[in-house]
Amino acid sequence: MLIIKDLKVSVEEKEILQGINLEVKPGEVHAIMGPNGSGKSTLANVLAGREEYVATSGSVLYQGENLLEKEVDERAQAGIFLAFQYPVEIPGVSTANFLKSTVNAVRKAQGKEELNAVQMLRLMRDKIKMVGMDEKLLQRSLNEGFSGGEKKRSEMLQMALLEPRLAILDETDSGLDIDALRIVADAVNQLRSADRSFIIVTHYQRLLNYIVPDYVHVLYKGRIVKSGDKSLAMQLEEQGYDWIKEEADSVASL
Amino acid sequence: MSESMQTLEEHTRSDYKYGFTSNIESDVIPKGLSEDVVRLISQKKNEPEWLTEWRLAAYRHWLGMTEPKWPNVHYPPIDYQDIIYYAAPKKKEQLKSLDEVDPELLETFNKLGIPLDEQKLLAGVAVDAVLDSVSVKTTYKEKLSELGIIFSSFSEAVREHPELIRKYLGSVVPPTDNYFAALNSAVFSDGSFVYIPKGVRCPMELSTYFRINERNTGQFERTLIVAEEGSYVSYLEGCTAPMRDENQLHAAVVELYALDEATIKYSTVQNWYPGDKEGKGGIYNFVTKRGLCAGRNSKITWTQVETGSAITWKYPSCVLRGDNSVGEFYSVAVTNNYQQADTGTKMVHLGKNTRSTIISKGISAGFSNNSYRGLVKVGKKAENAHNFSQCDSLLMGDKCGAHTFPYLEVENKTARVEHEATTSKIGEDQLFYLMQRGLSEEDAVNMIVNGYCKEVFNELPMEFAVEAQKLLAISLEGSVG
Repeated sequence: MLIIKDLKVSVEEKEILQGINLEVKPGEVHAIMGPNGSGKSTLANVLAGREEYVATSGSVLYQGENLLEKEVDERAQAGIFLAFQYPVEIPGVSTANFLKSTVNAVRKAQGKEELNAVQMLRLMRDKIKMVGMDEKLLQRSLNEGFSGGEKKRSEMLQMALLEPRLAILDETDSGLDIDALRIVADAVNQLRSADRSFIIVTHYQRLLNYIVPDYVHVLYKGRIVKSGDKSLAMQLEEQGYDWIKEEADSVASL
Repeated sequence: MSESMQTLEEHTRSDYKYGFTSNIESDVIPKGLSEDVVRLISQKKNEPEWLTEWRLAAYRHWLGMTEPKWPNVHYPPIDYQDIIYYAAPKKKEQLKSLDEVDPELLETFNKLGIPLDEQKLLAGVAVDAVLDSVSVKTTYKEKLSELGIIFSSFSEAVREHPELIRKYLGSVVPPTDNYFAALNSAVFSDGSFVYIPKGVRCPMELSTYFRINERNTGQFERTLIVAEEGSYVSYLEGCTAPMRDENQLHAAVVELYALDEATIKYSTVQNWYPGDKEGKGGIYNFVTKRGLCAGRNSKITWTQVETGSAITWKYPSCVLRGDNSVGEFYSVAVTNNYQQADTGTKMVHLGKNTRSTIISKGISAGFSNNSYRGLVKVGKKAENAHNFSQCDSLLMGDKCGAHTFPYLEVENKTARVEHEATTSKIGEDQLFYLMQRGLSEEDAVNMIVNGYCKEVFNELPMEFAVEAQKLLAISLEGSVG
């Protein structure tokens, strides 16, 4: 599904990712953890194609194709979904209208028939139930005045509607109370399937109480310094990041 | 320049799709302006003497006036002797039905997408089409006349309803009002006249399409709408012009007159040729539009979507004389490339409990300059007047300008006046978010801009709202950053 090789990424001329290697196979859930400033969000953004994040070397293959030369919308149409840490407000654009446009844009790009209004409404109702969102939000401007929890539900709704092949959650759990956390986790768990992969970027282990990852990677100073299974996340929860930092720094100073 | 800005700027190479010319034989008078020319125009239209004199008085007044220099726009001096003041499609005899109309002319209107044919009339739009100076055909007239509604070309109204024209012509915008209004009063060639009798709700949208076709002609049309007690009318106006390298002058006057409990909605989608990408050519759109809420509880709403013209200079205004009368102004003004717009409104509160709302959305792209200029005036006797103004500017790219000039004159302490203003840029964050969900860059920009203009589009009749959205998309294709 996704093969990242020796990827280096700069933001405003500053190298943030200093050689990332990662392979994600269909159906796998990878958690990317790490202290603040380690480059977690950079990884999420460069995969989604955000302009300021410039890949200076290395390669990213997505479904056998060079991902880095695709535009943001082409990546989305090819099934890459990024759940935002801070979903953006679009005044005057109703959530329903936005959802309809995006679902059909993606369907069209994938050669599927666009949904008519009735089919769309049925689909939305179905998925809204799944993420436990208030249907009234559909008529409001996208994300405008939404509470933190509502924004996250809206992100999960979008994920459910767009049916991505690779979903990347960029600290989606930050600032969420336990109920909202469960919403996110439930959505992910329901969408887990043999041909859909997830990359979950998170600072805290607590989300991983609800979403059990296949792999946990610790990012530090722009490199993956440790990989393991869910027990690594537990260890980080108990011991914090310091031991990892020390270990990595001592290796680096050799 | 960021990559997305570049991509976006590439999209701007969209062309003006109404830029064709038509080979229609015209009756054109020589260039230049003089008392003789004013008389000639009046004579060509078989006008009564009082109207000839009215024109001449306006002309003489105009001679003593100077062109306004205060708008925030720049253009070389206009040579008023280098303009043709009258051009009319030649016709051999009076036409009885659509079948007799010059096929070239019909073709022109088809290209414009004007619903002249009967099918579209069923959609409920009655059309008066003004080509260059003359009103070519007013459709649906019989049906309207059953209700006592008059919807005709201005010339015809002068012939058929001289008493109404004499009573209301210049009653809202006097010939001496300003430079361009005076010029228009002297040389106006045609336009539309609407009269809605007492208690009648006009059952369909009335619509005029203006088209400049001849080279070097100015277009000086006049629209007069009178709504009697308790009546209602919604009026739409659309405009296009061929692509010409030289600038052409359009100086129209629109007067709205609302009596007790009457409502007039006036919507404009203005898409005059804006000039090319380097700023060559395009229409100078110097227009005076004013509505008088003469009666109690009357209401006038101006809604405009302005995407065309090289230079726009217009301030559709409301004089709220009747007690409890309401004035509204909803505007989207888009400038791209080298377009300049100085536009806004005046809300003059004279009566008690008068209310006004101003929602102005400016969008600047390319190298353009977009100014909002608005006056809210509350007179001494206007107890409990209330105004709410919201002026938003959206910038696309970093070479354009947005300016806001709000003026406030309040002479009554009970007045409540609120003003809000914002300036924003289309955010990279917004674009990235929408594109990450699979929308193309163009669709993402359109979605953001349409959302921004939503409050204004909501005021437009359905058909026009769709047209306005399309127009906006064309005008702005890719001009973001």
